[in-house]
Formats: sequence, structure tokens, C-alpha cells
Amino acid sequence: MHPEPLWRNPDPKPSYDVVIVGGGGHGLATAYYLAKHHGIARVAVVEKGWLGGGNMGRNTTIIRSNYLWDESAAIYEHSLKQWEGLSDELDYDLELRQCGVLNLAHSLGDVREGMRRVNANRLNGVDAEWLSAEEVKGACPIVDVSEHARYPVLGATLQRRGGTAKHDHVTWAFARAADALGVDLIQGCEVTGILVEGGRVAGVETTRGTIACERVALAAAGHTSVLAEMAGLRLPLQSHPLQALVSELLEPLFDCVVMSNAVHVYVSQAVKGELVMGAGVDSYNSYGQRGSFHVIERQLAAALELFPIFSRAHVLRTWAGIVDVTPDASPIVGKLPVEGLYANCGWGTGGFKATPGSGWVYAHTVARDEPHDLNVPFALERFYTGALIDEHGAAAVAH
Amino acid sequence: MLLIPCPWCGERDETEFHYGGQAHVPYPSEPDAIDDQAWGEYLFVRDNPRGRLAERWCHSLGCRRWFNLVRDTATHEVKDGYLIGEPAPPVR
Repeated sequence: MHPEPLWRNPDPKPSYDVVIVGGGGHGLATAYYLAKHHGIARVAVVEKGWLGGGNMGRNTTIIRSNYLWDESAAIYEHSLKQWEGLSDELDYDLELRQCGVLNLAHSLGDVREGMRRVNANRLNGVDAEWLSAEEVKGACPIVDVSEHARYPVLGATLQRRGGTAKHDHVTWAFARAADALGVDLIQGCEVTGILVEGGRVAGVETTRGTIACERVALAAAGHTSVLAEMAGLRLPLQSHPLQALVSELLEPLFDCVVMSNAVHVYVSQAVKGELVMGAGVDSYNSYGQRGSFHVIERQLAAALELFPIFSRAHVLRTWAGIVDVTPDASPIVGKLPVEGLYANCGWGTGGFKATPGSGWVYAHTVARDEPHDLNVPFALERFYTGALIDEHGAAAVAH
Repeated sequence: MLLIPCPWCGERDETEFHYGGQAHVPYPSEPDAIDDQAWGEYLFVRDNPRGRLAERWCHSLGCRRWFNLVRDTATHEVKDGYLIGEPAPPVR
């Protein structure tokens, strides 16, 4: 007998209060908080593929909140606090593993940036420590910290509360919880047009018919530009492939996340044994969900210098997701210049960690037609006022 | 890996090139006269189509010249490169 499905699979109704475009983590979390916090349950999440089949199924599952600026620390730390109680709240084991996240420093510039960030984090109530090379060896014995390494390790930042969570469980848990509160999750339903009447959103056209609604909330990551264009808007976003890979299943080797911004390696070992590694973005714009192999080669060359023990491991699979990158490596969460149209985008290479916090503030923004305190600074307007939130140093992947 | 047609050197591996983003973005003709909105557009907003895009590449490890080409961002199909200063071919 087939087990009970976690959510209904309804056909779209003719109208809703809110249509969320994109059934990934951010869209599903937004739907859940709209229903739970704001009592808005006439909500549809429309997803062109299947739930969690975009970047939610393609990321490296890393969670942390050690960003530099006050605005970022506030929103990412809010998210991390949600993660800490989320398995209980959603009654689903999200396999949150707070095993610690190391960010290695390989140069004097890295050291200064890392120390500055540790201090900034502490001032913002975000746990952060600076480790010497010796302490890095203690925290993660398989890292080569010898003096003559190709990428000498001069120290590292450590956020002990950082770690990983099981991405699929996060998708399914939010989907089940939103569905139980009355949200319609509509898969295989691609938005092909956004209806605007008199400067106001009136609905969406989809491959499964027209849906009338008062509010449209975009949560489509790398495809946001395509959707915004349907409403006549150009956003400061560029879509790039971001690649990742896994090895075969190995015995437990290490129990923390190690990131190296300078050489674009971030690696952890999944609970079931694969090494999970992410690369830098491919330089060119793309919607193709695949990247060039030399990016993987370069990343593995660096990974082998840092972790000589990986030399006997094999690449099992590689893949790419399409990430939407902003000029300041910070997201855009807020209202758009069309009434009733909202954007949650630009999370670039690091959206997974923000899933619950992003859904929380985005639901608030959509429900009240004004931003939550935490996402006021992340409005689109910052690119015209100049109040940028430059997180290139903390974003881990060069943009 | 992409095979990129440099108009000077012919087809070469992508690793010899650097990407320069959207082509044909002119510097504001009257920089003192435009408002913050227009500056923001110029500095931060570029086309991001799913489909054909006219874009800049630099043959950094070859002739070191900048040039333009049209590439499809969904299929990665690359069309012939053309010289800076030549008009953009129709992309749609």
C-alpha cells in the first residue's frame, strides 16, 4: 500500500488572494507563514516542475549566519534561530546538524577580513570565533595546515551553531505544513504571463489556465528576471549556473563544514557518507542548469590541496542550479513598482540557509503590503539610493 | 566547456576568455544631467534574458582583445563573434 501523501495535489482554483510563484524552500516557507502568522490561506504555490526541484534540490545544505553587516546579520540570524526550532515546529526531522562552519583564511587579507567579521558578528549577537592554524587542525584534522601547503591555512572563522540540514526534508516539511493550513500546492504549472490592470496585479496566466489574484509573490530564484519581465520590470539580477558535486559514500571522515572563499571550496560530509562540495559560479549568464567542467576541475584541484585525503575519492555526480546574483551579493526582498507584485530574489549562491527567515519576512511583506523590519534594508530601492549591503566577503562564492 | 569564436583567433576553449556581461551598454551621454534612477540603471541593471544575449568577451590568454558575440543563455549555443563598434545583430 502506498503511504499517505504528505500533501494534496489540487487543480488550480479560478482565484486566490495570493499566488506564490515558485515551489522551492522560500516559496513554501512563505506560504506556510502567510497561513500561520497572517491567517491568509487562500494561497496557491504554483511550481513549473516539482516541489523542491530547483535550487532547493541542488544546494550544498549549508546553514550559517556569520555575515558582516548589521542588516545581513539580523536577517540571517533570525533565520538560524528559526532553524533551531523548526524540526519541532513542523514535526519533521530536518536533520539539522550544528557541527560548526569553518571559513579558512589563506592570506593576510583573508585574516584581516575574517577577524573583522568575527568581531562584527559578536557585536550583533552572532556566535563567532577566530581559530589559529593549530586550532583549525584540532577542529578538522584532515585539513592540510602545513607551512608549505599550496594554500597555507593562516587561521579560520568558526561559527559553531552553523552546519547543515537535509534539504529535501525541509521542502517536504514546509509543503506538508502549508498544505495542512489550506494552501494549494500546484505542481507542473508554469507561469506564462502576469496580468496587470491599471498598474495593479490582477492574476497570472499559467500552463494550467488563468488564475485571478490580488497579489503575486515571486519566489523563483534564477528565473525571477524572466517573470519580472512579464510585468515590464528589469531587476538588477544576473542568472548564473552554480555547480556542486558529491563523491561516493565514504566512512565518516570529518564532522564540520569547511569553506574556503579564496579557492572556492566548501565541503561537508553528508550523514549517509558522500562528500558534498560546491564550486564557484560559472562566469557567464545562463538558464541551462549546467555549467562548464573546467569549473569543477579547478575546484577539485584546490580541494585536493586542502584535503590530501580526498585524492582517492571519486566524483559521483555533478549538477548545477541557476542562481540570481545581485551587484552587492545581498537579496532583494520587498515590493516591486507594480501594486500587488512582490519579489524575494537575489539570494544568489546562499539562499538555502535563509529559507525560514526569508519566508517569515516575505510573508509579512505580502500580507501587510509593507516590509518587515528585517527586510526594509533589502528593498529594490537600495540600488538607486546607493545604500548597498556589500556581502561579497561573507558570501563565500565570488560573484 | 564552451568553444568561443574570437574574431581574431578563431574558436578557442572558454578557459582562455573572460566574460564581460551584456554588450552595447553606453556610458550616459550627459552624466551630470541624469538622476539617481538613471545612474542606478546604468550601474546595476543589465538584461538577463532566457534566450539570446549579445555579450562581451575578452580573449585574455590569446590576443587580449575584447569582442562581442551572441549566445543563447538557455542552450549555450554561440553565434559568430563580431567586433566592438559593429552593430548588434538582431538577438530576438
